[in-house]
Order: sequence, then C-alpha cells, then structure tokens
Amino acid sequence: MINTIPINYYIFLSAVLFIIGAVGVMARRNAIIVFMCIELMLNAVNLLLVAFSTLHNDPSGQVFVFFIMAVAAAEVAVGLAILSMVYRNIKSIDIDLLSKLKN
Amino acid sequence: MLGYSITQWLFGILSFLAIMFALMVVFTRNPVNSVLYLVMTFFCIAGHYLLLNAQFLAVVHIVVYAGAIMVLFLFVIMLMNLNEDTEPQKTMVTKLIAGLIGGVLLAVMVGVLKGAEQMQLAQSGASQIGMVKTLGVVLFKDFLFPFEIASVLLLGAMVGAIMLGKKEIK
Amino acid sequence: MIKLIGLVPLFPLIGFLINGFFGKKMSKSLSGTIACVSVLASFIVSLLIFMEVNASEQKSNVVELFSWINSDTLKIPFSFLVDPLSCLFLLNITGIGFLIHVYSTSYMYDDEGFSRFFTYLNLFVFFMLLLVLGNNYLIMFVGWEGVGLCSYLLIGFWFKNDAYNRAANKAFVMNRIGDLGFLLGIIMIFMNFGSISFNEVFGKASSVPTHTITAIALLLFVGAMGKSAQLPLYTWLPDAMAGPTPVSALIHAATMVTAGIYMVVRSNVFYSISETASEFVAVVGAITALFAAIIGLLQTDIKKVLAYSTVSQLGLMFLALGVGAYSSAVFHVTTHAFFKALLFLGAGSVIHAMGGEQDIRKMGGLKKALPITFMTMLLGTIAISGVPPFAGFFSKDEILAHTYEHSQLLWVVGSIASLCTAFYMFRLMFLTFWGSFRGTHEQEHHLHESPKAMTIPLIILAILSVFGGLLGLPEFWGAKNWMSENLDSVIIRKNPSILSHDTEWTLMAIAVFVAGSTIYFAYQMFIKYQVKPAEKEADMKPFQRVIYNKFYVDEFYDAIIRKPLDALSEAFYKFFDKQLFDGIVNGTGDVTKWSADTLRKLQTGHIGFYIMAMVVGVITILFFSLIK
Repeated sequence: MINTIPINYYIFLSAVLFIIGAVGVMARRNAIIVFMCIELMLNAVNLLLVAFSTLHNDPSGQVFVFFIMAVAAAEVAVGLAILSMVYRNIKSIDIDLLSKLKN
Repeated sequence: MLGYSITQWLFGILSFLAIMFALMVVFTRNPVNSVLYLVMTFFCIAGHYLLLNAQFLAVVHIVVYAGAIMVLFLFVIMLMNLNEDTEPQKTMVTKLIAGLIGGVLLAVMVGVLKGAEQMQLAQSGASQIGMVKTLGVVLFKDFLFPFEIASVLLLGAMVGAIMLGKKEIK
Repeated sequence: MIKLIGLVPLFPLIGFLINGFFGKKMSKSLSGTIACVSVLASFIVSLLIFMEVNASEQKSNVVELFSWINSDTLKIPFSFLVDPLSCLFLLNITGIGFLIHVYSTSYMYDDEGFSRFFTYLNLFVFFMLLLVLGNNYLIMFVGWEGVGLCSYLLIGFWFKNDAYNRAANKAFVMNRIGDLGFLLGIIMIFMNFGSISFNEVFGKASSVPTHTITAIALLLFVGAMGKSAQLPLYTWLPDAMAGPTPVSALIHAATMVTAGIYMVVRSNVFYSISETASEFVAVVGAITALFAAIIGLLQTDIKKVLAYSTVSQLGLMFLALGVGAYSSAVFHVTTHAFFKALLFLGAGSVIHAMGGEQDIRKMGGLKKALPITFMTMLLGTIAISGVPPFAGFFSKDEILAHTYEHSQLLWVVGSIASLCTAFYMFRLMFLTFWGSFRGTHEQEHHLHESPKAMTIPLIILAILSVFGGLLGLPEFWGAKNWMSENLDSVIIRKNPSILSHDTEWTLMAIAVFVAGSTIYFAYQMFIKYQVKPAEKEADMKPFQRVIYNKFYVDEFYDAIIRKPLDALSEAFYKFFDKQLFDGIVNGTGDVTKWSADTLRKLQTGHIGFYIMAMVVGVITILFFSLIK
C-alpha cells in the first residue's frame, strides 16, 4: 500500500498521545500508573520516529526506535524494582508520600 | 470509498482508537484496567507501524511491549494487591491544573507545527524500508557499537533490578 | 658642598625611620643618641653650606634631586633652592632643633613613649627642612602639611588624655583651614603663571595684573594665619601647650610657627607689588600682637603665658612684613627663636622641678633652688622685653622703626604690645622665682636643678640671646647690618630707611624708656607690694575676668562654628546614615531573606509537583519558539 498520509497528521497524533501521557504523569498518584503513562509518552515518540523514517526513506529512524524499546525495557525493569523497594518500606505506592526531598 | 483511500480510513480508525484507549489509561481507577487499556493502545500503535510499512518493528513492538513489559507491570500490580479503593486521589485542583497544562502544551505544539509544510510520505510499495533484511544490515553495519552497548545496558538493568529486589540482610 | 644639600633633610629622615621601626627595641640612650646625632649631622652640613653660600658670588643655587611630577602641562621637579634665606632658616632649624633634642633626652627620660617622641621629632625636622628648602610651592606645601601632621602627633603625644587629643585636633583643624587658603593660592599661581617654581613665578610677577597678585597674596596669607597663629586662627596655639614642653619649644616657638613668616618672605615679590595685601598683613599682625599681649597679662599657667607671648611676637613679625621690612622680620624670627626656645626650655625645667605643676600661683622663690634655670630665663626675659644690648632689643627696634615710617598708628599699637610683653614676662619671672614658695610641701622637697643635658642647652641659648643682636646692628649707628645685607639677594625691594637719624634715636630712646619703666612697675607690683594673681576666677574684677578668659574667643568659635556643625552632623547621621543607608543595606538583606523564604516553599518534595514544573518549563521554551 502506498501511504499517502501527510506527515503532519502523524506529528499531530504523536503530540496528542504525548500530551495525554504527560497529563497522566501529572494527574495520577499511583506510581504504577505514572510509569505506564511514561511508556505511553515513549511510544508516541516512537511513532513519530517511524513516520519520519518512512518519510525520508532512511532506516536509521527505525533502528533508533529499536534501541528506544530496548532502553524502555531496561528502564521498566529497574523502575519497578525500585517501586517494590519503596512499597516494602512505606507499604504504599502513593508518590505524594515520597516527599523527603522537601526544603 | 467515500473519497478517502483505505489507507486513510485505517489511519483514522487506528488513531481514534489509540487516542481513546490512551485516555482510558489515564482516567481509569483500577490499575489493572489501566494496564489492559495500555495494551490495547500498543496494538493500535503497532497497527500504525504496519501502515508505515515497518513490519519488523510492529512485531517486535508487540512482543516486547505488550508481551514482556506489560506482563511485568501486571506482576507488580498483583504483587502489591492494588485495588480501586485503596488508591488515594490527587486533589481536584491538581487534576484541573494538570489538564490545563496539558491543554496549553497542546496549543503550543499545534502552534509550533502550524507553519510546517504538508509533506506527503514518499514511498513506493516495494520499499524495502522496514524489511527485516534492511534493518538487520543497517543495525549491524552502522549501528554496531550502540547495539553492543545496548546489550551491556540490559545486563546492567538486570543486575540492578535483582540487587534492588533483594531483601535486606539484617 | 651645595650639591650635598640633599643630605640635610636626609639625616633626620633616616633617624625617623630607624627610631620608627626599631625604637622600641633599642635602649633609651641609643634611641635618643640616634635622633640627636642625625640633627647634629644636618646642622654641620647646613653650616658648611651656609659658609659656602656666603663666600660665593652666586647666591641662589637650585639643586634638582629628581624629576617628580612630569605631565604635559605640569612639570614639577623635586629641587631645592639654596640661598641665604633658606640657609639661615636651615641653621635655625637644625641648630635649635639639635639643642632641643639634647634637652629632650633628659626631659622625656621617664616617659614610656621615649622613642616614639624622637621619631616624631625627627620627622618634624625633616618636614620643616623640606618646607624651607623647596624650590617650588608644592614642596613647600608638602613640608607645610607635614609639619602640621607632626604638630598634631606631638601635641597629642600623651594620647591617653582626652583633653590633649582635643587640643591636637583643634590645632590640626585650624591649620587645615589655613591650608585651604594656601592651596587656593597655589592653584591661582599655577593658573596665572603656568608654573609654581619660585624663580619662574617671581620673574613673571610684574606681568600679571595687580589685583590677581593681591588675591594670591591674601590667599597665601590665610595659610600663614593658620600656621603662624594669627587672628582669627590663633586659638590652637595656647591649647597646643598640652604637648610636652620640648615640643612647645621647638614647634610652637622656634620653627613651625615661623613657617608662615618664611613663606611671606619667600614670596616678598607678591607682597611688594600688592599694597593691599601688605597692608592687610600689617594690620592683622598688629592687632594680633596687641590682642595676645593683653590676654597674656593675666594668664596663670607658665606655658600659656609663653604661648600668648609667641602669638604676640609673631604678630610683630607679620607687622614688619606688612610694612616691607622683610629682613627685620627674619632678624626677629632668629632672635625670637633663641629666646623663646630658651624660655620654653626653662619653663620645662621649672615644671620638671615642680614635679609637673604649671600654675605660677603655686610657685615662688625658685631662684635659690634652680640657679642655672633662673639665670638663663632671666637673660631670656630681658632679651624679649627689648632691653639693650640684648638680642630682642635690636630686632624689635628695627621693626618698630620701619613701622613708624609706614604708619604711626601701627607704631603705637606695636609699642603697646611690646609694653605688655615686657610686663607679663617680668610678671612671670617675679612670680616664679622671687618671693616665698607657695606650693605644697612635697613639691618643695622635690625641687632640684635639672640635669646637665637640660641646662647646657639653656646656657647655649642664653648666650645666643645675649649676643644675637650682633647679627643686625642698626645702620645709623654706623655698623654693618649683616642680616639685611645677607638677604639682599632674596628680597627684591628693600625699603631704605627714610627716617632721619634723630628720629631713629628718639624712637629707640622711647622704646628703652617704655621697657625700663614697665619693668620697674612690675617690680613694684609683684615684689614690693607682693601682689598675687587671684586664686579663683570669682575673685577677679569683671574686666580682668574677660581678659583671663581670653576674651571668650574660644566660646565664640564654639557657638558660631562648632555647634552648628555638630547639629548638622547630627542631622545627617539621623537621617542619612540611620534611615537611608542603613535602610538600604538592611532592606537588601531583608528582601533577600524574604525571597529565599518564599522560594523555599517551592521545594515541596512532591514529585508530582516537580514533574508539573518540568512540563511548564517545556511549555515556556516551546512558547518562545512560537513567538519567534
């Protein structure tokens, strides 16, 4: 199939997904949900990258997405491990309780 | 059909679904539901990848994200026994402000991108971009070093996760 | 030898540095010896230079030491002018300076600030030498300021006493007021002549309009009024008696106060051209002479009497300058230095013997206990009263004669001042040395003649006071007036005497008669009838009280000048300092604290908040690219 969709649409879509992810990060207190919204943001970026890769006929964009995925996986692993530790300590995953950085 | 090609139809549906599911992710109470909605979003995005002729990436996307990462999330949620009732909510003010900021960000982004020219995605049907072979060649030729480093990174993440997850030796 | 003129101020400078840095670590005798030797060395070099200048044809020699200020329009080399006038003053300063240094080694022996004293003394000699040696007004001004500084340091030498410090401040401030006039004069000179070197300025003096010269001369004289304690800037000199007696002898009798005279004589070209300025100088001098003499009549502190006498004699010298008798003034400077230094050192000897007492009402009959002091002081007193053939007679007579030529009124004023001088000096002598002792018993036991280091300078000065008159014997006696001949090259316009010989003899006779009768009257009053000065102020008659309180001039200055200034200063302090500047400074601190407090609230510790802040930041950045 020949994809004739203008790139702007992809940019717009990606932006919307990104913003939804950002709003989720700001508005939710559950740490897991926050993580998931971060993943959403990453995916929005991935989508954009692939779209541009197709636009310029350059495989480097897709390779970059590949790497982003790898990094995202690593990040999730470590992040969830940290979250488990936090849960073990304060028996909750409410991020508002993590205010030891105060002042 | 209706003046739009099938590609455009598919694009529209997939986009709509993706956005809807993303919103559901953010606004659902139950974390498990959130995870499921996120998986659905991933599927939509994988569909987008296919539209863009990134076949390899679409498959990898589903395998890695929906298959591995989300499972990981589910495990953790189950471990912590999170229910809808136990989660405290942020104040209404905060949610309002978050929404507001999101809206502003959207406006700014749209404004920034307004002047960009409409560019058609230029490709042929027989484009080799997205084929496994092409990607493999690029990956191992131009991006060999990052590839190896990525493996080291994964190793590091694994070790780190295990170290963090260990119980403290009292 | 003239080229070695640089050595003359160098020796005291070295003495100052050695005593200044190492004085505390040296023994007292070493410290004193270094100081005395340095001045003695200067004296010997000055003597050799003086003889050479005397013998040579060329009287005026300029020796440049180094190039000092070298800018486009202003070129001032650091050079010395060696001519008869400066040589004479050199001898004066170093000679009498040396005697006073020797005297001080004994007088200040018990003082813990011994080496500090000699440091300051040497510094003073250095600056005074600079003053008289400089070849331009700027070096003179440097010396001028320097001696003012040393005067301040030495008057307030016993700095633990608050009253002495105030006296030192007063001296310095009054000097400063005079210095302002002096500086303005120098600036005017530079503006009109383009240079401030003596030869250049004096050579072109006739080409500048007379009223400019008058202005310059008057401004320079304001400086002299401050430095040489003329009306109205004289009140610091009696208060300066707070310093040790050798200081009073050296600075306030023989040298610093004569700086004004030197300056006027050096600038005689200006005063000759401008009649107005000369007139002003003469009038101020005459009034000062009389005013101070009247105050001196009733003073009871031995040093204050001498102080007022100094002011009065300086007035006489300025009177001489004003009427154009420049060499007479210089002659009187020299003789006055002899006997005034003698009198001050003698007073120091008396005070030393009395264990610090300075009130003459408590003295009496000291001539048996202090024979040498008594003899020398008597000689000095006779000299100052103008009794022939002592030194004071010749110099004073010459002044009065020239004054008579100029204005008879001024002659009367000067004569009355001389009358008062004779009276109060002999009053001082009679009350101190004759009669019976009026002090306490312990003081009486303590009475003793001073050690040799103090009495030998007294003897030397006494000899000079007696025979110093030979320097300037009057012409109409047929003798050679060495002084006036010597200064011929320096003084541009000399007034030849137009009085007939008869007039001169008459004037001389009147002077002698007046002096003699005053002494006799004083003798009757204080010895025959044993009149004693009132013990307390309340016992005096009202008129006497006014004189005793120095005509309330100090109080007048206080009310007119000091109190408004204090009030102004207080107002500034309250408003500007406290409210404005403190407000600004404290306010800045307060603002910083407040903003820090407020910003601290941003650090909530809530991650969600931080994330929101991040997003807001991103929005802002994007926003800017949007605007562009």
